[in-house]
Amino acid sequence: MSLGEQILQGDRRALARALTLVENDLPQADEVIREVFGHTGRAIVVGITGAPGVGKSTLVDRLAGYFLAQGRQVGILAVDPSSPFSGGALLGDRVRMEGRGSGVFMRSLAARGHLGGLARATPRAIQLLEAAGKDLILLETVGAGQSEVDVMGYADTTIVVVVPGLGDDVQAFKAGILEIGDVFVVNKADRPGADQTMRELRQMLSLGPRLPWQPPVLAAKAQTGEGIEEIAAAILQHKESTERNPEMLQRHAREAERFLREALADRLVADAVARAKAADKWESLVDDVARRRKDPAWAARELAEGEGLQ
Amino acid sequence: MTETKDRSSTRPIRVLIGKPGLDGHDRGAKVVARALRDAGMEVIYTGLHQTPEEIVEAALQEDVDVVGLSILSGAHNTLVPRVIELLRQQGMEDVQVMVGGIVPEEDAEQLRALGVVAVFGPGTETEEIVRFTRSCARGA
Ligand code: B12
Ligand SMILES: Nc1nc2c(ncn2[C@@H]2O[C@H](COP(=O)(O)OP(=O)(O)OP(=O)(O)O)[C@@H](O)[C@H]2O)c(=O)[nH]1
Ligand SMILES: [Mg+2]
Repeated sequence: MSLGEQILQGDRRALARALTLVENDLPQADEVIREVFGHTGRAIVVGITGAPGVGKSTLVDRLAGYFLAQGRQVGILAVDPSSPFSGGALLGDRVRMEGRGSGVFMRSLAARGHLGGLARATPRAIQLLEAAGKDLILLETVGAGQSEVDVMGYADTTIVVVVPGLGDDVQAFKAGILEIGDVFVVNKADRPGADQTMRELRQMLSLGPRLPWQPPVLAAKAQTGEGIEEIAAAILQHKESTERNPEMLQRHAREAERFLREALADRLVADAVARAKAADKWESLVDDVARRRKDPAWAARELAEGEGLQ
Repeated sequence: MTETKDRSSTRPIRVLIGKPGLDGHDRGAKVVARALRDAGMEVIYTGLHQTPEEIVEAALQEDVDVVGLSILSGAHNTLVPRVIELLRQQGMEDVQVMVGGIVPEEDAEQLRALGVVAVFGPGTETEEIVRFTRSCARGA
C-alpha cells in the first residue's frame, strides 16, 4: 500500500512520515500530495497568533479538548522559530498539551528560516492532516507578535491573542495585527487590566471598515478553560458567516491561485537554475551580481530568456 | 528566506526529550535540549510528568529519530522498559533511545541490554551527548 493510501486509511505513522517528507521538501512529498490532494480542503483551519507567551498553546490545547468532545477530528500544527545560527530549534509547545493520547494528532514544525510566522511546509502539512481525516486544524504561529500575517492566508479563521497590561497596548495593536484578526481573545483575564484592554481593542476595531463580519473581542482564562466555549462558538459563526457572504473571499479561492503560482515559481526556478548550471553560466552570473556588474533583475532576465545558454 | 527548493538539503535530526514519571528535576533535560538545539537539531521537549504512553505517542507524531529520557527519580527500571516495549508495539524499533540522569551502573547495563543505546550520568559534557546523538541518528 502506498504512503498516500495509508494516510487516507488513518495510519498515524504514515501521516507522521509524510509530514517529514513535506518538511524536508523531498521528491516523494510531491507523490504523496498528488495521491491525497483530492481529499484535502475539507477542514476548518483556525490560526492562532500573538506575541510570545500570551497563551497560544494553552488555548490551542483547550480548544482541542473542546472540539474533541464535540466529536471532531482534531489536528494541531505548532510552529516555533529555528535558530538563525545553528539551524536547530527548540519545539516546546507540547509542554502545554494535556495527554489526549492518539485522539489528537499534533506536529511541531520548525520555521526553518521561513518568515511570516509559519513554516514553509505549512500548507502541505494542513493537506496531509486533512487527508488523514482531520476536520478541525489548529495552527499556532511563531510567537513574534508582528509580521505574522501569513497565517490569514492559510486559515479560515484567524484568532489574535493578546494579554492585559502589555504596557502600551495601542502600540501593539498598530503593528498590523488588527487587520488580520477574525476573532480577538484577551487571554489571562484573571490578571488586572483585562476590561481596559478589551475596551481599547473594541474601540480600535470600531474605527475600521464596516465588514459583514465584525470581529468579536472575547475574554479568556485559558489555564482554567474559561471562555473556551465562546471562542469555539465564534470560530463556527465566523465560518458560517464567510460561507453566507460570497463577497468575503474564502480560503480556497484565495489559496488555489497562490498554490499554483508558488508551485510554478518553484518549478521554473529549479529548471532555470539547473539549465544555467548545466551550461556553466550560474556561477559567473552569481559572481556578476556579487561584484555589482549586473543587478539581480537583469541577471534573472538573461537566464529566463535563455541568453547564452544555447 | 530562500524561495527556491533545495532538494539536496539534509534533513535535520529530530530528537524528543521526555521526562517520564513524577520526577520534577528538569534542569538536565533542558540543558541537553538546548545543547542539541545549538548543534542544529530540532528538539521536541514534552515537559514534566509524562506517561510512557504519552512519550511514545509524541515520538510517533513528531517522527523523531531519537528519544531521550531524563530520569532522576530512580524509577528508570520500570519507565524505560515500558517506553521500549511501547515503541516496539508501534513498530518503531528504528527509533534510538538514550537515557540520562541518576542511573546506577548495574541498572545502566540492564537498560543497555534492553536496547538503550547509551546512559549518561551527572557531569557528562554536553559535547559528548551531541556527538553521540549525531552518530546514532545518522546510523538509524
Ligand atoms: C537540583 C536538584 C534538585 C532541585 C531540582 C530543580 C529542578 N527544577 O531541576 C530540587 C531542589 C527541586 C530537587 C528536589 C528533589 N530532589 Co533533587 N537534586 C538536585 C541535584 C542537587 C542536582 C540535579 C541537577 O539539576 N543537576 C544539574 C543537571 C544539569 O544535571 P543532570 O540532571 O544530572 O543532567 C546531566 C546528566 O545526568 C545528563 N542527562 C540528564 N538528563 C538527560 C537526558 C538525556 C536525553 C541525555 C542524553 C542526558 C541527560 O546530562 C546532563 C548534563 O550532564 C541532584 C544531585 C546531583 N548531584 O545530581 C539531586 C537529586 C537528583 N535529588 C534527589 C532527590 C531525592 C530529590 C527529592 C525527592 C528530595 C526530597 N526528599 O524532597 C526532591 C524531588 C523533587 C521532584 N519533584 O522530583 C536525589 C535523587 C536520588 C535518586 N534518584 O536515587 C538526588 C540524586 C540527590 C541525592 N544524592 O540524593 N532536587
Ligand atoms: N495567569 C494566566 N496564565 C496563563 C493563562 N493561559 C496561559 N497562561 C500561562 O502563560 C504561559 C505561556 O503559555 P503558552 O500557552 O505556552 O503561551 P504561548 O503563547 O504558546 O507561548 P509561545 O509559544 O512561547 O509564544 C504559561 O505559563 C501558561 O500557563 C491564563 O489564562 N492566565
Ligand atoms: Mg506556544
